[in-house]
Amino acid sequence: MSGDESLIDELLAGEHRALARVITKIENRSPGHRELVSRLHDHTGRAQVVGITGSPGAGKSTLVDKMAATYRERGETVGVIAIDPSSPYTGGAVLGDRIRMASNVGDMDVFFRSMSARGSLGGLSTSTTDAVKALDAFGKDRIIVETVGAGQNEVDIVRMADTVAVLVPPGSGDDVQMLKAGILEIADVFVVNKADLDGADRTVKELREMVHMRDASPMAGHHGAGPSGIDDGEDGDEERQPPIVETVAKTGEGVDELLAVLADHAEWLEATGERDARARQRYADEIRTLLRADSAALVEEELEARGGLEEYVDAVVARETDPYSVADEILAPVAEAVRERREAREN
Amino acid sequence: MSTEQGQRAIRCLVAKVGLDGHDRGAHVIARAFRDAGFEVIYSGLHKSPDEIVQASVQEDVDVLGISILSGAHDTLVPKIIDGLEEYGALEDTLVIVGGIVPEEDREELYEMGVAEIFGPGSSMEETIEFVREHVPRDR
Repeated sequence: MSGDESLIDELLAGEHRALARVITKIENRSPGHRELVSRLHDHTGRAQVVGITGSPGAGKSTLVDKMAATYRERGETVGVIAIDPSSPYTGGAVLGDRIRMASNVGDMDVFFRSMSARGSLGGLSTSTTDAVKALDAFGKDRIIVETVGAGQNEVDIVRMADTVAVLVPPGSGDDVQMLKAGILEIADVFVVNKADLDGADRTVKELREMVHMRDASPMAGHHGAGPSGIDDGEDGDEERQPPIVETVAKTGEGVDELLAVLADHAEWLEATGERDARARQRYADEIRTLLRADSAALVEEELEARGGLEEYVDAVVARETDPYSVADEILAPVAEAVRERREAREN
Repeated sequence: MSTEQGQRAIRCLVAKVGLDGHDRGAHVIARAFRDAGFEVIYSGLHKSPDEIVQASVQEDVDVLGISILSGAHDTLVPKIIDGLEEYGALEDTLVIVGGIVPEEDREELYEMGVAEIFGPGSSMEETIEFVREHVPRDR
């Protein structure tokens, strides 16, 4: 316990080793990690968090490297969390994003951490959120979270960023097609990386069309049915169209512009009150996720105490009972306790 | 899978330092470690000792595997070890060296804090087994 206390003090005092160790505890869900993260919370809320996602090979890591270097030139400190998939069979992983961090060699003020998509669904977004808190509390000005944009899991991860940039490599229209499934909606900024390659113009054009389509769709928009203008004159109105930026991460071309667009978005978040609204939404999500995980753990505990599921399964197989009845039976005492307490409170 | 139990994985940095460009061995060991269920961070080629120290500290690895075939182990390894010490990371990082290290140089590396040296002919199983047995448990 006291070891963890001093670990937090060391982290807040700016010791890299302590920061690294806290993130390890968060990742491992080690005993005591909840208290650690609880203590961090009070020190968070200052960093600007950018999420970067896109298909494999889109150039995310290289771009993140250049972004970090540019922030550093401006005297800002940077934290990066790069998430790579792990094998569902062995749990092993090769975390390769660090290789691309060539511009920030030996600069401890860029704190780069690789994380694997370990364990279960939902667990990763909690770990990532907590790791971001550690970097925030440590005092990093900018935090970048990088992940392959493949599915719901990744969408959940980048959602906890203030600003989400979706990287699209030039090429077949298929890439843009793929984006429609969920990733399009979360983009605050589109980045067409490798803009020096053939087909970049077309990709930009396709994205632009799609962004317009999104606004035209009755399903679109966080603000209900408000019909929005068709052109990118985004000022003034609350409906905001994600800008499209072209970069060549390898040479650093367009990175300044990207950072300017990200800064614009941060300003917009602030000016419209969207930043607070998103933060509230995030905390609500976070609490819900924790509640789900904790109640699942409570149920596991109860199952273990009852000697596991085997006997119940036997009974179900023998048609003596059924899965619904079993679930009811196991959960009944929990439900009872909760309701009793609630009634006691209300009276 | 219980949340209280935690989800621990052995984290390794497979590092190539200095001018030596032979990374076949490093790739093979990185893959073998991955298949053994470890989380492997590969440094890439031609890294300086400082970079390796930075990566080891930030990634908080359990194991640092340094692959050297250039013969420069006697200058590069001490620099890495000193760097780890500076950040207070040496005592709970298992440092192993792979590659070609002449017999007469080995004792010095062991004294410095290198846990084991795996020369040509070492098997993957042997290396993985060693890591599993010696990785600092108390974290």
